[in-house]
Amino acid sequence: MVDQATGSPLQTPEAPASPPSTWHRIWDSDVFYSFRSSKVTMVAAFLTALIFLLAIFAPLVAPHSPYDVATVDLMDAELPPAWEAEGDPRFLLGTDNLGRDLWSTILYGTRISLLVGFLSVIFGLVVGVGLGLVSGYVGGYVDSFIMRVAEIQLSIPGILIALLLAGTLRGVLSAEAYNDAIVYVLVLTIGTSIWPQFARTVRGSTLVERNKEYVLAARVIGLSRLAIMIRHVLPNVMGPVLVIATINLAIAILSEATLSFLGVGVPPTEPSLGTLINEGQNYLFSGLWWITIFPGTVLAILVLAVNLLGDWLRDALNPKLR
Amino acid sequence: MIAFLVRRLLQAIAVMAVVALCAFFMFQFVGDPVNQMVGEDATNADREYLREQLGLNDPIPVQFGNFALKAAQGDFGVSYQHKRPVSILIMERMPATLELAVTAAILAALLGVPAGVYTGLRRFGFASKMIMTLSLIGISLPTFLIGILLIYLFAVILGWLPSFGRGDVVSIGGWESNFLSVSGLKSIILPAITLALFQMTFIMRLIRSEMLEVLRTDFIKFARARGLHNRAVNYGHALKNTLVPVITIIGLQLGSLIAFAIITETVFQWPGMGQLFLQAVQVVDIPIMSAYLILIAFFFVVINLIVDMLYYVVDPRLRVDQPAGGGGHG
Repeated sequence: MVDQATGSPLQTPEAPASPPSTWHRIWDSDVFYSFRSSKVTMVAAFLTALIFLLAIFAPLVAPHSPYDVATVDLMDAELPPAWEAEGDPRFLLGTDNLGRDLWSTILYGTRISLLVGFLSVIFGLVVGVGLGLVSGYVGGYVDSFIMRVAEIQLSIPGILIALLLAGTLRGVLSAEAYNDAIVYVLVLTIGTSIWPQFARTVRGSTLVERNKEYVLAARVIGLSRLAIMIRHVLPNVMGPVLVIATINLAIAILSEATLSFLGVGVPPTEPSLGTLINEGQNYLFSGLWWITIFPGTVLAILVLAVNLLGDWLRDALNPKLR
Repeated sequence: MIAFLVRRLLQAIAVMAVVALCAFFMFQFVGDPVNQMVGEDATNADREYLREQLGLNDPIPVQFGNFALKAAQGDFGVSYQHKRPVSILIMERMPATLELAVTAAILAALLGVPAGVYTGLRRFGFASKMIMTLSLIGISLPTFLIGILLIYLFAVILGWLPSFGRGDVVSIGGWESNFLSVSGLKSIILPAITLALFQMTFIMRLIRSEMLEVLRTDFIKFARARGLHNRAVNYGHALKNTLVPVITIIGLQLGSLIAFAIITETVFQWPGMGQLFLQAVQVVDIPIMSAYLILIAFFFVVINLIVDMLYYVVDPRLRVDQPAGGGGHG
């Protein structure tokens, strides 16, 4: 409780002669200060940014395209990484069982992982924040209903919900349509499995905000409920949402990999970290370790880095926690 | 107390009804079960007969009533894929999953609690920092990858432990157990570690943060001021006061262990309920999927109820008569 004394720079007088530039205000803010003072966080941010950039620019960075059937040759299959005795300098990290360059396939696979991860979180966030706002602001039966549903869902692990939804959608769609729409299917299933966390948090903060004076003032001047919710309450409840979104990005990426690994996600013909690991597992016994280990490492680093960022954000935005 | 229990029980029943409704609607969404059950050469009369037999011509609420009634008696219909009653299929595989989940839970608690207490007490120690870093890696490694890495290390490279299956199981009155043969015991080690790892880190981090929270309260300072031994303060006062949330979470995690067993069972080809469920998802075997959903929900509801009661037993403050609140909690 006495930690404030430990030289943390709460300082920078608020109103100096000339107002500080936006950049300076960001640089001096508490959040950014805690970022600058944590090496681990900076490394995590660097790794996250690196992986994001590599994934986004995969078509430019990757030496081969795993989608381009013409360049894939089965004769090149199962080559070890370039530095091993039987390696081929064309394939830095070796090739998989289909003869695809592993490095390129990982880059494209990370792309799908990130795409699904981001879209799922956005889907879960929009649904969850929306329902949470309504639940907290409107109250009554609406509130009890939404919260009951969220509670029931929270008590069942997300991966199970995702599996059940994926299984049901498999029955509804034909196999081909399912594979074509796989990104949307995954976003729907994973997003659905994470919305309750957003809803619960936002509802909690909305309950606090709705009785504050600015909301009362907005009501007095006759704004509609929708306008108050979106324009006034929403911006004030978004802080914790950011933290939950970051942590859930890691969870969503993991879920996508898990679903693909379990064979209900991205089909084996598409590059994806989960399917690569799954394919590689079958070859592990014959000593082809690289097909599993490299994508696994990328997945682990990505999730670890995003988790670290989430941890940092949580602590930085919540000064109560040391 | 009675009112509290009754309210909880009613809630539990409501939850089960909602879950049953979800399970029922899975059948409605996914095509005509008759097509799944008859061969290509079945006549329309055959189909119509089967429809009538299955009660598919009844109004939906009646169908749901029948479904719920049967489910409550443990009858979940016949698997499309295996052509056998789902309840028997699940019963055959339940021992494998339960043994795995319980072993993992014990492992997680035995390692997680001491590690959590240690890192809580020696917050800035070198070993604590090591453990915390390792735990972060443990959380970030997906379960399936941990399983594969363990297989690669202990089964492929070192050749110490089997890489898949349950080994020789010994049957006691229909319950096939892993614990009574050497190969069975060897087989459960890797899957149990895989399943336990996430829970272990979870328990450890939870205990650590709870310990930190409690250690800075006034009654701990007071206990120290009274000159109590460190041990008495740390374990008698601090650890004891972290137990309420810890029991809750560990209880709830037991349910997710059973769900996460799906992944572990797939990696290790462990013949449990999770593997059955996953195969069902892959071929859209709705009876097994819906039965599994209901079963897992049932586990969760029961565990929740037990945890609520434990709460009541462990924390005396809850036993003080509260103003009859009921409704809007939550």
